[in-house]
Amino acid sequence: MDAFTEQEYIKRFDWGLWKKLAKFAVPHKKYLIILTVLMVVVGATDAVFPLLTKYAVDNFIMVGQFTGLLNFAVIYLFMVILQGVTVYFLIALAGKIEMGVCYDLRKTGFKRLQELSFSYYDKTPVGWIMARMTSDIQRLSGTISWGLTDLVWGVTMMLFVMVAMIIMHWKLALITFAVLPGLAVASVYFQKRILASYRTVRKTNSRITGGFNEGIQGARTTKTLVREGRNLVEFQELTGEMYSSSVTAAILSSIYMPIVMALGSIGTGLALWFGGKSVIMEIMSYGTLVAFISYTVQFFEPIREMARIFAELQYAQASAERILSMIETEPEIVDSNDVIKKMGDVFSPKVENWSVVKGEVIFEDVSFTYKDGEKVLHNFNLHVKAGETIALVGETGSGKSTIVNLACRFYEPTKGRIMVDGEDYRRKSQLWLQSNLGYVLQSPHLFSGSIRENIRYGRLDATDKEIEDAAALVNADRFIGKLEKGYDTEVGEGGGRLSTGEKQLISYARAILANPCILVLDEATSSIDTETELMIQYAIQLVLEGRTSFIIAHRLSTIRSADRILLIKDGKIIEEGNHSTLINRKGYYYNLYTNQFKEERQAQILRA
Amino acid sequence: MSDKLKLLRQFIKGSMLLYAGAIISTGLATIVSMISPLIISTVVDSIIGGKLVELPAFVENIISSIGGREYIVQNLWICAVMLVILAIVNGLLLYAKGKWSAIAAESTSRNMRDKLYDKLQNLSYDYHVKAETGDLIQRCTSDVETVRRFVAIQFVEVGRAIFILTIVTIVLFRLDTTLATASVTMVPLIFIYSFIFFAKVKKAFKESDEAEGRLSTVLQENLTGVRVVRAFGRQAYEVSKFDEKNLEYTDITYELIRLLAKYWSVSGALCMTQIAVVLILGVYRAVLGEISLGTLIVFNSYIGMLLWPVRQMGRILTDLGKMLVALERIGEILKTPDEISSEGSEKPLIKGDIRFRNVCFEYESGRPVLKDLTFEISEGSTVAILGTTGSGKSSLVHLLQRLYDYQEGSITIGGVELKNINKKWLRQQIGIVLQEPFLFSKTIKENIGIALENPNDEEIFDVAKTASMHDAILDFEKGYDTPVGEKGVTLSGGQKQRVAIARTIIRNCPILIFDDSLSAVDTETDAAIRKALKERSGNVTTILISHRITTLSEADKIIVLEHGKVVQSGTHEELIEREGLYRRIWELQNSLEDELELSHSQKL
Repeated sequence: MDAFTEQEYIKRFDWGLWKKLAKFAVPHKKYLIILTVLMVVVGATDAVFPLLTKYAVDNFIMVGQFTGLLNFAVIYLFMVILQGVTVYFLIALAGKIEMGVCYDLRKTGFKRLQELSFSYYDKTPVGWIMARMTSDIQRLSGTISWGLTDLVWGVTMMLFVMVAMIIMHWKLALITFAVLPGLAVASVYFQKRILASYRTVRKTNSRITGGFNEGIQGARTTKTLVREGRNLVEFQELTGEMYSSSVTAAILSSIYMPIVMALGSIGTGLALWFGGKSVIMEIMSYGTLVAFISYTVQFFEPIREMARIFAELQYAQASAERILSMIETEPEIVDSNDVIKKMGDVFSPKVENWSVVKGEVIFEDVSFTYKDGEKVLHNFNLHVKAGETIALVGETGSGKSTIVNLACRFYEPTKGRIMVDGEDYRRKSQLWLQSNLGYVLQSPHLFSGSIRENIRYGRLDATDKEIEDAAALVNADRFIGKLEKGYDTEVGEGGGRLSTGEKQLISYARAILANPCILVLDEATSSIDTETELMIQYAIQLVLEGRTSFIIAHRLSTIRSADRILLIKDGKIIEEGNHSTLINRKGYYYNLYTNQFKEERQAQILRA
Repeated sequence: MSDKLKLLRQFIKGSMLLYAGAIISTGLATIVSMISPLIISTVVDSIIGGKLVELPAFVENIISSIGGREYIVQNLWICAVMLVILAIVNGLLLYAKGKWSAIAAESTSRNMRDKLYDKLQNLSYDYHVKAETGDLIQRCTSDVETVRRFVAIQFVEVGRAIFILTIVTIVLFRLDTTLATASVTMVPLIFIYSFIFFAKVKKAFKESDEAEGRLSTVLQENLTGVRVVRAFGRQAYEVSKFDEKNLEYTDITYELIRLLAKYWSVSGALCMTQIAVVLILGVYRAVLGEISLGTLIVFNSYIGMLLWPVRQMGRILTDLGKMLVALERIGEILKTPDEISSEGSEKPLIKGDIRFRNVCFEYESGRPVLKDLTFEISEGSTVAILGTTGSGKSSLVHLLQRLYDYQEGSITIGGVELKNINKKWLRQQIGIVLQEPFLFSKTIKENIGIALENPNDEEIFDVAKTASMHDAILDFEKGYDTPVGEKGVTLSGGQKQRVAIARTIIRNCPILIFDDSLSAVDTETDAAIRKALKERSGNVTTILISHRITTLSEADKIIVLEHGKVVQSGTHEELIEREGLYRRIWELQNSLEDELELSHSQKL
């Protein structure tokens, strides 16, 4: 998992990356232009207020009269309103762009995720993907809109102020700007260190969260081992580290601000000194001096902001890299262009061109190796007739799941080929095969929504009656009938409000509704209560009728009733036949069966 | 409310001085930063010359001590230098504030975290059985963070805001009453607007959070259920499902942003209007000669300082509200009574003869688990317990370690009543291995030695060998130094059990209990481990809970439990002679062939 250690920020500024990101900003081009205009206006209005003050001082106070003060007041208020309105649109527009970019990135990301193959999901933790899709995208769009906004605003204002100062009195302006290089250096130096120190703080924070997690989950074990004291000591070491790194970070920030202010004050001091002298020598008006000095103050403020924004951009760059890497990942299993032309792709299938799936599956000299080099199948051959029920039996890791996954085309063989209805399945689209599949997982997975919606997942255009019929077939209607809202009952996140047995029954109903040509059943290993157990066994029998079925079997009743049982060990079929044939052989299957039989019976007795 | 504040005070206790220091230094910093405009205005007046300005007496003294106005005019650099010095002093004060408030805040949060952790460790077993991990973690992390953020920033900000408001108002009123009155007219308005607004915006934030939650759920379910999605070919459907939630979130959050835009623009305009009022009125009065230009400049500069904190107040009050909620949640954990693990005064030497007499126990009232349980385990013997599901086997284990206390009857160890024995002392004498043991995210070596102060390598290797785990560990890339858990290797069920066994036997307890803790290990390894155990610690009283006949049959005595009562007890030979659960399980082996024939013919 080393590839996934979070890289917090990248030192170089990666132009290529930002160019790619710019593509996401393009659809909002119109808004961006308006935003830029607004920012210029706001920057300008901010810069104008001191000018107004200067005007007031020069034209009213110095002259000693107030004709036109009323007009002045009106103009000032007008500027206030203008600024207010502009600020509103500025924030609203920046927000619109931020949300728009966020929306687009999420949409693109999600769509791509639907196309990526299982091998991607094997090596990428769900948590990682979630973090990219939620916080990274948020941070990136925030930076694109606000960060850049602030940047442009700051730069604009500084430019305006600089220009105004230079126009007013260029010599004085230059003297004031003498402190700029020092400021820039200080900013860059500190910002880097401050960011690094906050990175340490964040890392320690995760460790503390981990510490709490462990303390809570392991509390019971801690009691039995009488380890409360020492656990606390270890935890306190963590909080101690957090204390020191946080204080360090805060102190760094506290040093930075005063330094910047001191440098800024040097600039102001210089302005005061030389400006004062100029006024005494009557080279400059008092009003100008007053305005000049407020400009000086106004000038040095954004510099702190600029440093902060550059740091943020660096962070955003790290986020951008991770998001783009996800979006740009190519799926491993792709339909060729010819296939797409004829049969459509995953999002817009051309169902009219599809042939009916009969369900004959042939593995021809199939070899398969996982991405990490684990070789699972070697020259594997299997011929499954349409409508046959195949039970796959064997230890964990023997290759049963791989065989099934290959048959469903969730992975493709590294060598050899798999034929469905006599044709290499790579010559047909993925959706052609997969939309004719039914899949019941080991631990049932439901989506949040109503029971009805979950069953309908099997066939989106099913009528309510068809849904209820499917549920009745597996006897799921019994428990559904007892629920207050019946079929409209919310199942909760991941189906959390229902019991495991109830969830399983719904998965079976879903599979039946789909009426697939090929059914895959990955049986649960542990059994639930006897009553539900019986219903599920009955449901299984129903579901298997008349379709090609692959069962990764654990229940003896399921195994016994299969047309053909395959005993898989190390990726090879070591025994093959139906139940009575294999029992009489007294080989592997016999041992497996008897052991399991004993265990099942024993469990029954103990459940009394 | 008051008890929440009491709680806060408890955490802040050590840092009150630091906070006071921080507030004072930031207040002083503000004063210092207010002097700069004064200097500028004084300079401006001095330059103007003719207009005499009434300055506070001590300022006049300073001016004359430097050499009088004329001298200053010729040497303006003095003023420039003073400005810089003031900025440096200001900076130092701000540095002090930053440092002290950071130390205070971090001490407070460290305090909170340590107290929470300590409390969690000391809460009863029952609490942890019923607790929701996710909820607890949220309280220990994000709620603590909310409080921390408030005490790190807002606390001092409130102090500073009050400080500034007071001082600025006083200064302005001293300078010119009329203008000062005009300056503060809008302040209450801005404050009220700010406050009302942030109360309203809370609702919008909540809606945005909830919409985000819904979006995350769709995403999470899609990712964890990728098999189902692909198997049913529902990619297009999922895309439209996600798009719906994506759009919803985007729209709701955009509304929130618009609300905030409204706030900032309106409050900004209100502030600027206030400034305009001051400016225009000031100009008017300056022209009339009622105030000096310098005074006007002071007002112009100070008014900003007055308005900014007022604008912030609304947000600060909302944060205060959030902080109090977080504090309450933290308080709920801290209020829970500890398990009194020091209860029990006796610390007898435990050798291992255990007697249960008419013991009754229930986890919840009305649902008894053990009913009138009576049996004996003699010192040094190995007793196996077989029971149906729900027969109370695990409760036995819980009772022996006093994780729960029995309601009726008597349990004695070495003649001493269990309830009188010190809990921690007792637990140190009894080693338990559970069926699904919890391992800490440390190395394997650290896990095995975790109960000891200073485990040495030899001891660790020794117990690992007894648990049939030594060779398997050496097979790992880093051997004993392999970390367990997310960042390291995920052990299989059987491996976890063996590590747990090792970590328990290294403690050399006089009583060992194995609660079905060899279930994930195959029968040969099971036998090997038990044999090695016997060789290592022959006279340790051992209790084995299992349903494997091979395990049960080798015990000195077998106890069969059903519905919380002992229904049979004796040796293997004795029990197979009698009708009962034990015999039925044992018979499975022999009657298997017949069963097979039966089921086979049934199929035909």
